[in-house]
Amino acid sequence: MSGFDELRLDGVRRRFGGQDALAGLSLTIRRGEFIALLGPSGCGKSTALNCLAGLLPLSEGSIWQDGTRLDTLPPERRGFGMVFQNYALFPHLPVRRNISFGLQMRRLPRDEVRRRTDEALRLVRLEEHAGKLPGQLSGGQQQRVAIARAVVLEPSLVLMDEPLSNLDAKLRLEMRTEIRRLHQTLGLTTVYVTHDQEEALSLADRLVVLRDGRVEQIGTPQELHERPANRHVADFMGYRNLLPMKVKAVHGSTVTVDGSGLTLEGVAVGALSPGDDVLAGIRPEDLHAGEHGVPVTVEVVEYQGRELAVEARTSAGVAVHLRAITRPAPGDQIAVTAEPARVLVFPS
Amino acid sequence: MTRVALRHRLAERGIDRQLWLLVPGLACVLALFVYPFAYGIGLSFQPAQGGVFGAYREFFTDAYQRDTIATTLGLSLPAAILNVAASVPIAYRMRGRFRGKRLLTTILVVPITLGTVLTAEGLLNYLGPAGWFNRFLMAVGLLDEPVRLTNNYWGVFFSLVITGFPFAFLLILSYLSGIDPTLERAAATLGAGWWQRFRRITLPLLAPGLATTFCLTFVLAFSVFPSAVLVGDPAGTTRVISIAAYHAAYEAYDYPLGSAIAVVMGVVELFVVAVVLGLRSLLYTGSTGGKG
Repeated sequence: MSGFDELRLDGVRRRFGGQDALAGLSLTIRRGEFIALLGPSGCGKSTALNCLAGLLPLSEGSIWQDGTRLDTLPPERRGFGMVFQNYALFPHLPVRRNISFGLQMRRLPRDEVRRRTDEALRLVRLEEHAGKLPGQLSGGQQQRVAIARAVVLEPSLVLMDEPLSNLDAKLRLEMRTEIRRLHQTLGLTTVYVTHDQEEALSLADRLVVLRDGRVEQIGTPQELHERPANRHVADFMGYRNLLPMKVKAVHGSTVTVDGSGLTLEGVAVGALSPGDDVLAGIRPEDLHAGEHGVPVTVEVVEYQGRELAVEARTSAGVAVHLRAITRPAPGDQIAVTAEPARVLVFPS
Repeated sequence: MTRVALRHRLAERGIDRQLWLLVPGLACVLALFVYPFAYGIGLSFQPAQGGVFGAYREFFTDAYQRDTIATTLGLSLPAAILNVAASVPIAYRMRGRFRGKRLLTTILVVPITLGTVLTAEGLLNYLGPAGWFNRFLMAVGLLDEPVRLTNNYWGVFFSLVITGFPFAFLLILSYLSGIDPTLERAAATLGAGWWQRFRRITLPLLAPGLATTFCLTFVLAFSVFPSAVLVGDPAGTTRVISIAAYHAAYEAYDYPLGSAIAVVMGVVELFVVAVVLGLRSLLYTGSTGGKG
């Protein structure tokens, strides 16, 4: 296995027609790590992946694999495996020849090609489909062929471009577990692109959140989930309530804010002083309906199995999202509270 | 009650009032194609002498007539092969998006609009014994006397390439853009260089389209007539089968023989097309993943 100790992206920039699709991505990937590039569509995450794969030339910056410069090499000489969003299976080749394609390109002896192809087929449990053409397989099976084709070469890095986005919800969960299991068994360094925060949180060792071609935050799933660095990351990490407010008082890292018809205590993210305009971020599951608290008017109630998702409006007319156990009726007045530790206050 | 049910049952099999829309087209096809075609076949079996197959016997026993098949194949097969073969690399290079693609495509396609007569005149002026081409080669001292490139096989061959290439190129370009470009990128990440990508991925997916393109350009070239007369040697090396049919029908006024030659022409074309399409059916002809 042609492994590396560290892969370094140094100010990688890519322009399209004068606009930055990716503006200076610097990142060090350690061997065996699972990195997720996360962000909304158009944030530059696929651009970053294609730059890594060598499918897009860089406008600036460099990519280093240990001491070797990589960004000047064509894709076929980088030795990375890639799983494409639409799988990009060769439609005219049976599953087995799709998987063995890369091995044959390396001119490996026939016995070894057969042995490793068989191994990969077993790994993704497609032995009985080896002779079929990709068009005869279901979406999930095609996905597994694509993964087998990328990992059979034991590449030093596997790149995955939204590999689950074409699957239905149930299959997506199954394949997610499958990808994580493969990563655990094979230990392949992986860079995974997705717009689904849940997918990124559950798969990755480290996440890179991108927005408009810029890195917003890099951290472990827990760091991002609990301490988003700014309002954009918070928005992406499920802080559905981002309420415009004003700082009233500051005590150390705790701030009191009011506005939008609410008064709240929360944790300041960054330096704040009284009078600042801020956004208070609260997850719907951290905003509780109770006896005490700020009164809000229920507008929409959605049943979600174990709990109910409620959209309510404060006296100032701002929408807030919360969870409830008992079903309030639209038009009801309820009181909401939030634990100060669960409220993040971002400068706006 | 039963009438409604009958109408529904018919509609389920695709028989409804919309079928009347087919009538004008069908009438045209019958009146302008099927009837004259059947009439011509009928005529070919009614020669003035020699029985039912007299006209065909006359054609095949006369070496001067019979050899027109070989002459025409000798022109149209290489021309069709060259048109397809030359289009593939050019279309492959032009499959992506780049500045000036529309201009370049237009330039490559313009010969379609010229027509054979204009092409022939151009060829005579340019490649003829006193044309620019020969004068240039003699002026720089490469030649002592003009090389003959018109009024022989080569004149017709060039004319077929000039008029047939744009068809082949346009068809192949559209087949190529129907192949998903991520397939080649996938092959690249798997270690395939450009030649391997072309040979293992693009070419196999393109091959059925090449077969179809070959058939169309071959049929186009096989029915060559004006350029065989204008830039060829219509009494000798480029006496193609359509000239033979024309002579029989409009100079000897032997309509049955003319019809018989036309039928032979059709059969030869069908034979070549059937062979090529038969080979094509051995290839992968399913989806190529692109926008189609």
